[in-house]
Amino acid sequence: MARLEKISSALREAALATLIVAGLGFPIIAYRAEPDFNNALALLGRWPLFFQFCLAAFALRFALAFWRGGAAKAPIRERLWRSPRWLGPAALIALVVYPLAVVGLLGPQAALKWVDTYGVQILIYVLLGWGLNITVGLAGLLDLGYAAFYAVGAYAYALLAPATGLGFWALLPVCGLLAAFWGFCIGFPILRLRGDYLAIVTLAFAEIVRIVLTNWDVVTHGEAGLFGFPGLNFFGLPFIPGPRGFAAHAGLPFAGVHKLIFLYYLVLILALAANLVSLRLRRLPLGRAWEALREDEIACRALGLDTANIKLTAFALGAFFAGVAGCLFALRQGFVSPSAFTFSESALILAIVVLGGGGSQLGVAVAAVFLVGASEALREITFLKSVFGEGFDPAQYRMLLVGLAMVAMMNLRPRGLVSTREPTIKLPAGKIAAETAS
Amino acid sequence: MTALLSISGLTAFYGSVQALRGVDLEVGKGEVVALIGSNGAGKSTLMMSIFGNPRARDGRILFDGQDITDMPTHEIARLSIAQSPEGRRIFSRMTVYENLQMGAAVAGFAGFEANLDKVFGIFPRLKERLKQRGGTLSGGEQQMLAIARALMSNPKLLLLDEPSLGLAPLVCKQIFETVKRLNEEEGLSVFLVEQDAHHALKLAHRAYVLVNGAVTMSGKGADLLRDPKVRAAYLEGGAH
Repeated sequence: MARLEKISSALREAALATLIVAGLGFPIIAYRAEPDFNNALALLGRWPLFFQFCLAAFALRFALAFWRGGAAKAPIRERLWRSPRWLGPAALIALVVYPLAVVGLLGPQAALKWVDTYGVQILIYVLLGWGLNITVGLAGLLDLGYAAFYAVGAYAYALLAPATGLGFWALLPVCGLLAAFWGFCIGFPILRLRGDYLAIVTLAFAEIVRIVLTNWDVVTHGEAGLFGFPGLNFFGLPFIPGPRGFAAHAGLPFAGVHKLIFLYYLVLILALAANLVSLRLRRLPLGRAWEALREDEIACRALGLDTANIKLTAFALGAFFAGVAGCLFALRQGFVSPSAFTFSESALILAIVVLGGGGSQLGVAVAAVFLVGASEALREITFLKSVFGEGFDPAQYRMLLVGLAMVAMMNLRPRGLVSTREPTIKLPAGKIAAETAS
Repeated sequence: MTALLSISGLTAFYGSVQALRGVDLEVGKGEVVALIGSNGAGKSTLMMSIFGNPRARDGRILFDGQDITDMPTHEIARLSIAQSPEGRRIFSRMTVYENLQMGAAVAGFAGFEANLDKVFGIFPRLKERLKQRGGTLSGGEQQMLAIARALMSNPKLLLLDEPSLGLAPLVCKQIFETVKRLNEEEGLSVFLVEQDAHHALKLAHRAYVLVNGAVTMSGKGADLLRDPKVRAAYLEGGAH
């Protein structure tokens, strides 16, 4: 009897869900507008697809409601999760060994993708995430235009490297400082803004930067972008075949992966440096002032903290790391164009920070691996083509993945993957316990 | 008695709404001065105006002989005036210890340990809660923390805005007793804004009554406590 009731309530819930999907899906799935011969729009019916969606919604919702009993939602049980002490060193060793292991296992040619896409690219996003974490996670300033500083770094390298003849070692800090300078510039007019208003202005700033890059043809070559600027070299040895290259000096056969492995370690070192800087800063008065600012701006001012300075440093330091990441991006791609720095880029980086749980270093890194790595992995799933047909491109669904991740987070860990905020000062346990006991 | 804080002809506006209409007020060295008044009389505005937010439109504010009328808020806070703002405003996700450290941000860390001991002497409860997050404290403990945080900067003058807000009568009494002790033992000058007129007047050496943004009465705390008009308006629940 109870079982019958359960089924009927699950059926009801599933029917409701199907209705919602049908309502939402009708305008966007059931019909597709396509230009015909006369360039007029014609509506093409896609009813089978529409019904597939409805059916899927019905089945999933029914299963979910049935297994969970359709009963009242279980309260969120969020356990405090502390990362075990060995995790940091273990992850570090894994990261150091990774590119060499991949090359050893797959050979230099097949390893290219693994070192580049899954190594360098993800690490650049980790660096970006840690940078934005300073602005958003620590200081609580919602920045929706972080890609602007990333763009400043990338273009700074692409423009300055050929113009000045300086190598990337010299230009890396320059890119960071230029981005930090823009961080200051955007920081000044928005000192008085908070919350939503701040977010809107940073969003607008990022659009300004992108549009200037698109339209300032003389300098940036517009949409065509910049390429052909000097690339990476190993302390003066270029990564080229032939006797002058790195491979010849090192006594190795030439392989394209050498350059990527070098870049990988470069990004790894810089990301770790960024991590160290934010961890150290959190213990200094400046870092604590950021956190206090996030908690209560008025109280900060009443305690004699210059909130303007604190905000500006948070913006500038966050931007600095974006600038460095931009420089690395230019080195990786060998090509920069405005289309790499759209709003969706800012949104992705922000999603990494939010998913990671604001203020947590490890969470941000895990979220970067998950979001960037998974959306790359989607490109690999070719067997889905045999299920959904030749035209199916799984990579098109990566935003769906981000959405799913967000929904899952809200349900399971509403405060981020790693939600504990470690106090910046660990009091010696014995001393305090003894004092409080006395 | 020389004046530590002296306010003359102070007016302040929120947009076009006038909140303060020429307030004159003085707090002497070693004095406890209370400001009482009903909701919306401008008590908290006056308190905030001393810190420049909202900025005074007319009038002058002198602290220790220095004109602070147009100083930025954070610089005023560095002049050994400390504030325990209305609604406490502690940093709720930071630990008690970190909150106290933020209070010492201005004074520097030279006398930090000594100040910490002093504060624990006044509020032993905070010592037990040292590693706890501010937001997990009870209301009374949060108020203690707000006052303790303000004391960490070695102030000459403590501005207390509604310390009794939302507290049980017993806890309230405790807080007022602490303020009294701080004044008597440490010689701390206190400017107290309070709705609870009875306690405030009993504690204060002198007091001012604020009505619609202007001071209507002032005098010794004990005298005001006996004044029939004050009694009718603020102590016996009558209308004025």
